[in-house]
Amino acid sequence: MKSAVVVFPASNCDRDAAVALEQITGTKPTMVWHGDAEVPKDVDLIVLPGGFSYGDYLRCGAMARFSRVMADVIAKSNEGRLVLGICNGFQVLTEAGLLPGALMRNANLKFVCRPVGLKVEETQNVFTRRYDAGQIVHFPVAHGEGNYVADEDTLDRLEGEGRVVFRYAPGDNPNGSMRDIAGILNEKRNVLGLMPHPERVCDPLLGGTDGKVLFEGLVEALS
Amino acid sequence: MTATKTVTPEVVREHGLSEAEYEKIKSLLGREPNYVELGVFSVMWSEHCSYKSTRAHLKKLPTKAPWVIQGPGENAGIIDIGDGDVCVFKMESHNHPSFIEPFQGAATGVGGIMRDVFTMGARPVASLDSLRFGEPSHPKTRHLVAGVVSGIGSYGNCMGIPTVAGETAFHKSYNGNILVNAMCVGLARKDKIFYSAAKGAGNPVVYVGSKTGRDGIHGATMASAEFNEDSEEKRPTVQVGDPFTEKLLLEACLELMATDAIIAIQDMGAAGLTSSSSEMADKGGAGVEIDLDKVPQRETNLTAYEMMLSESQERMLMVLKPGREAEAERIFRKWELDFSIIGVTTDTHRLIVRHKGEVVADMPVTSLSDAAPVYERPFVKRTPMTGEPGFDASRPVMDSLVRIMGTPDMCSKRWVWEQYDYTVMADSVQRPGGDAAVVRVHGTNKGLACTTDVTPRYCRADPYEGAKQAVAEAWRNITAVGGVPMAVTDCLNFSNPEKPEAMGEIVAGIEGLGEACRALAFPIVSGNCSLYNETQGEGILPTPCIGGVGLLKDVNRMASLAYKREGDAIIVIGETGGHLGQSVYIREIEGKEEGACPPVDLALEKKNGDFVRTLIESGHADTVHDVSDGGLLVAIAEMALAGGIGATLRMNYEHDRFIPVFFGEDQARYVIAVPEKAADAVIARARKADIYARHLGYTGARSDGGEPVLQGVGLPPVTLARLRAAHERWLPEYMAGKS
Repeated sequence: MKSAVVVFPASNCDRDAAVALEQITGTKPTMVWHGDAEVPKDVDLIVLPGGFSYGDYLRCGAMARFSRVMADVIAKSNEGRLVLGICNGFQVLTEAGLLPGALMRNANLKFVCRPVGLKVEETQNVFTRRYDAGQIVHFPVAHGEGNYVADEDTLDRLEGEGRVVFRYAPGDNPNGSMRDIAGILNEKRNVLGLMPHPERVCDPLLGGTDGKVLFEGLVEALS
Repeated sequence: MTATKTVTPEVVREHGLSEAEYEKIKSLLGREPNYVELGVFSVMWSEHCSYKSTRAHLKKLPTKAPWVIQGPGENAGIIDIGDGDVCVFKMESHNHPSFIEPFQGAATGVGGIMRDVFTMGARPVASLDSLRFGEPSHPKTRHLVAGVVSGIGSYGNCMGIPTVAGETAFHKSYNGNILVNAMCVGLARKDKIFYSAAKGAGNPVVYVGSKTGRDGIHGATMASAEFNEDSEEKRPTVQVGDPFTEKLLLEACLELMATDAIIAIQDMGAAGLTSSSSEMADKGGAGVEIDLDKVPQRETNLTAYEMMLSESQERMLMVLKPGREAEAERIFRKWELDFSIIGVTTDTHRLIVRHKGEVVADMPVTSLSDAAPVYERPFVKRTPMTGEPGFDASRPVMDSLVRIMGTPDMCSKRWVWEQYDYTVMADSVQRPGGDAAVVRVHGTNKGLACTTDVTPRYCRADPYEGAKQAVAEAWRNITAVGGVPMAVTDCLNFSNPEKPEAMGEIVAGIEGLGEACRALAFPIVSGNCSLYNETQGEGILPTPCIGGVGLLKDVNRMASLAYKREGDAIIVIGETGGHLGQSVYIREIEGKEEGACPPVDLALEKKNGDFVRTLIESGHADTVHDVSDGGLLVAIAEMALAGGIGATLRMNYEHDRFIPVFFGEDQARYVIAVPEKAADAVIARARKADIYARHLGYTGARSDGGEPVLQGVGLPPVTLARLRAAHERWLPEYMAGKS
């Protein structure tokens, strides 16, 4: 499986994503500068990593979506290439219109870093196929703006179409997200955005390997 | 000269310079200084930059060891951690700005110390913050806690550097003068270390980073005077941070550092362009000429004085090899940062500054460094507090424990550290809440153990023993996770050195520090002094904060405080004498801050600590906690809470000795938990090494209802749920305005 990680100014989980990808896929991902014209053609998976692209100025992800490379990311996602947006990457995906809704400031207005329980709602997609439906996994969150908001129709549609992939476990919603939504798919199910960090739980010393399963599923699906 | 004021005695006074100092400036220059030069001297000769009150005493500190690559005097200290890796670290205070403007003050404190580390070629990998606030009931405390924590988080989180440890404590002596000490730890390769000595003439001097504005002018001077009622008017002297730019600056610097284009580099911290240019020239034995018209400016009509003294953040000064400018500029432009060649190094040993075609300053660089005043300030050493405070032996032990676990100093600081990203970089193998944080050296199995420690109430009782204790506790905390303590950075927070009593605390503190660091082979490689921590005549408790760094050979052989199995034997290493003087118990339960602080036997510390570390390294112990604030029972309770596993105590002390035994704060102790079948061997091994070890009980107690409890020795059981509620409740409720 070939992957690429887009580096925006002040991305800061780009290395973490690259380390996890290399460890699990056996191949170093290509690091793609945000000012580049395109992502390498043969890439199977494009990761938009966590961080504070453009310092979160204006709104999280609002400036990054205008980065030159994003036009190609959008084009490739329309062709069906896989795109994974983690944390700030999820925010960029909503700003870019690849995923519906928006990520607002956490309900308590504070940054939060802690492991959270996540219910895997959906396994009929390439990202979570190795999990069991209904399984509770633990990923850390680390964000100030992870409060998922969308209108009721959109939320109903997301749920109706099985596009809510991860939900915060009961009582473990760290940011006030509507319907406890932690991660969603696009309509074609090739773009996943989530606030928690699977790439930070791929090593038992770091508190577990629940995140590794996601990447292993991708490798299996693409081989 | 344009836009400059006339230098009058009044202007000299406003700059915080004494008459004698002004006379010395005149003799060094051979003339009267102009306004710009006066400004430059005032910051470079400020206490903050010149260490004029402490330099004579700091010389006594041990700073060398075979593994020390760089001691004090550079941007940060450096130690060798083997395999070509080095660890670069430093701690620095940002106390005064944080009191005036807590969010920006704390944020720029974090940003400043990170620059000190990456300017040496290191990627920062861990951040720690030691915070002291006034009493919770003080009207400002809540606002200051909220602002400081959110400022630290906003900067560190955006930088993507995990904030992994620290301290948060409260005392009325900090009501008007909080302490914000920020520590940064970084990793570099031994053959890729960068220094600030601008050797050679004719090399381009380059400014990179943010533009210069009017913020922070005279910040260093503010940090060198007492606070008074008007201090809040000094808000404009507080700098404003932009972590986004700093993140770009970090990446751009590291990218350029991968080449060999840089001769010298230094961040523009306190006293900005003035200190960076003069210090770089001074260390390189060179001179420097700067043209201020080339300095990237954020505001219009900046004067030479303002530009030289601005403390605008996220700026660096570099000296490049000639001919490498274009290559360097390409990198900084890629990261959308300013890049400007603003001057050249010379062989004149002078700092010459031009603005709008005129020379606005011309002075020998040594006049700003070596010739800066050094004071042997008069001091009196106060007699240490002595005696044993009385206590009511009939008070219920478990109720006192619950109360102590919920006090502002002893309660969980989860509310603080959950606002910091402590998992980014995916190497934080031991997270906030333990004795020391452990950060894996990326791509290896080695780990860096990091901690900050000081017990100011001990330092008040006896500045010498208290400073020893701060070092010993940092050493112990590193040991408790299995690390070999390597070196120390210090932040010496004291009050007004011009008062002989306060100077006496400083001298005794530095001596205690030196004594402990020597005995423990724990040299001091960097740090700073923050004096004049005093508001309207009220000084803070002496607070020599110690930042310790240690090395774990293998993070798979690491200990943590959480009980891991039911049925483990709980063993205390180190003897319990029952020292209640200056203890948390006496303060919180008896309401007194009395008695002698616990004495520190450094040889015993070393012996007991080395024994515990060997147990961890050899795989015989994975559950270890140092015994410090609160004493033995608090340590046992903290271990139980961390693991969610109860404990039963079985020790045969007399009932009337329970309080000193359980809550005394004797030093050089650790609680460990090992599988029961290994317990006898551990104790035998300790006895053979002439080390005190005693079996205290077992992990895993449950109530009849199956709830984990802490119980034994005839005391009524207390559920972990009750302990946890007390431990976790206070801070969030306080911050929500409920307590």
